Amino acid sequence: MSDEETQGMTTLREGEPQDDGQDLRPTGRLVYRQALTTRLAHWLWAAALFFLLLSGLQIFMARPNLYIGQQSGFGFDNAVLSIDAERQGPRIVGYVDLLGHRFDTTGWLGAIAEDGQLQPRAFPSWMTIPGYRDLATGRVVHFFFAWMLVATLLFWFVASLINGHARRDLVPTRRELGGIGADIVRHLKLRFAHDGRYNILQKLSYAAVLFLLLPLMIATGLTMSPGINAFAPWLLELFGGRQSARTIHFAGMLLLVLFFIVHLVMVLLAGPLNELRSIVTGWYRTDPEAS
Amino acid sequence: MAELRIPRRRFLTGAALAASGAALSGCFDDLADRGKPVRGVLTSAERLTYEAQRLLLGADALAPEYAASEVRQAMRPNGTTGPRDPEYQRLAAAGFTDWRLSVTGLVERELSLSLDEITNMPSRSQITRHDCVEGWSCIASWTGVPLARVLDEAGVKPAARYVVFHCFDTMENGFTGPVRYYESIDLRDARHPQTILAYALNGTTLPVSNGAPLRLRVERQLGYKMAKYLRAIELTDRLSGFGDGMGGYWEDRGYEWFAGI
Repeated sequence: MSDEETQGMTTLREGEPQDDGQDLRPTGRLVYRQALTTRLAHWLWAAALFFLLLSGLQIFMARPNLYIGQQSGFGFDNAVLSIDAERQGPRIVGYVDLLGHRFDTTGWLGAIAEDGQLQPRAFPSWMTIPGYRDLATGRVVHFFFAWMLVATLLFWFVASLINGHARRDLVPTRRELGGIGADIVRHLKLRFAHDGRYNILQKLSYAAVLFLLLPLMIATGLTMSPGINAFAPWLLELFGGRQSARTIHFAGMLLLVLFFIVHLVMVLLAGPLNELRSIVTGWYRTDPEAS
Repeated sequence: MAELRIPRRRFLTGAALAASGAALSGCFDDLADRGKPVRGVLTSAERLTYEAQRLLLGADALAPEYAASEVRQAMRPNGTTGPRDPEYQRLAAAGFTDWRLSVTGLVERELSLSLDEITNMPSRSQITRHDCVEGWSCIASWTGVPLARVLDEAGVKPAARYVVFHCFDTMENGFTGPVRYYESIDLRDARHPQTILAYALNGTTLPVSNGAPLRLRVERQLGYKMAKYLRAIELTDRLSGFGDGMGGYWEDRGYEWFAGI
């Protein structure tokens, strides 16, 4: 890696690489925004999280119920979420039971149409890997990509501490935190500064995902392992039991999906080609007034 | 600027949706094919998990044990809950007085133990959490003889690496006859202090639905490892001679042999 790359986002260069001729902000300068390690980690995460999500839903489908505590209540009730189906006369009704409130989700969750016939199934087949019910394969896929996620996160942590990416680009300054209100207003007005730096909301959301949410997903995932329970029983106490850890793991998944949706929307709103270029090649075109 | 950008955005959005749609409509179903090399790459992670846990966990690191107050419900029966095999039904009708557990394979002395002989051996009781591969957990109290005690009685030959558990319950009828449940663990798990052959559950005799007269408990692994309706124990140096060679009924159907995760 060259010195310029290790300097990451703040490196400025003019006229290089060649302007693609499509961007309608020709006078803005290109900045070297993303180090190779950051770009590599980004795409490895994207792949790993894609497979983890869809295989995770396959695994969840084997018991689409969430509980609070050490165990699952069969002789008592400690369920907080259930996705299920029941027969009402001639038809099957799919429903989600969330904290005692029941929502009819026929066709979406709980009862899914297969070949024109409603079948009891927590998720539609496009949401799971494999598309049909196969817990064994779901687990094989999930644990492979879990290892990949952990390895990538460790690699990124080390690289980002060495090249300063974590401190420089993700840790907010006091001044930025003070200006958070103004930044929220800017976001609501869909007015984005293209100065090559992360704004405060970006910093906070990336930092939250990388330093809190992903480690939480890994820790709650490990808490479900009976082997790891023998190695680190304190994890069970930290999360309030294996079934609570499973519930938190599921909630964390929902937060990651939310992050992904907002992330994609922001890329589209901020200029998808420029954003994509920077996360593929590292080069990002700033607004003229910013450079 | 906006006019020119929107079609491009639309195109990108459309392309992304099309790509994810194609990806999500069963494109990864090949991953289930155990003959394909990609499956081999994915399952290599199981080896990693096994080695990592063997590295992290001391041989005797104990699974968490719970207070009696945590036994809040009957143990949920799962898998086979009433074997229909005539041999098993005959033994059950006689209260398992004629039942014997044979210990064979790479041992110094083959054993044939009655239920009385087993219950008269030193016992261990433990309140532990049973984790099913499906995702649920249930806490119950188990009493049985440590497997290590039985292995010592038989004398394990140095070449032995695995303990195979043969069960009474027929899972399906294959071309070559009935396919019975079986399982296997390595000697490290077999000699773990919490690995017991259980004959009592929550203070009473083990019910048929939970594996009477004797079932395995391997507390650092998932439920499917804990074979019910035990018939025989066999010490071996390789798993290739049993079932489809993957080390267990569910392992032959794609589940991990090491179920510590």
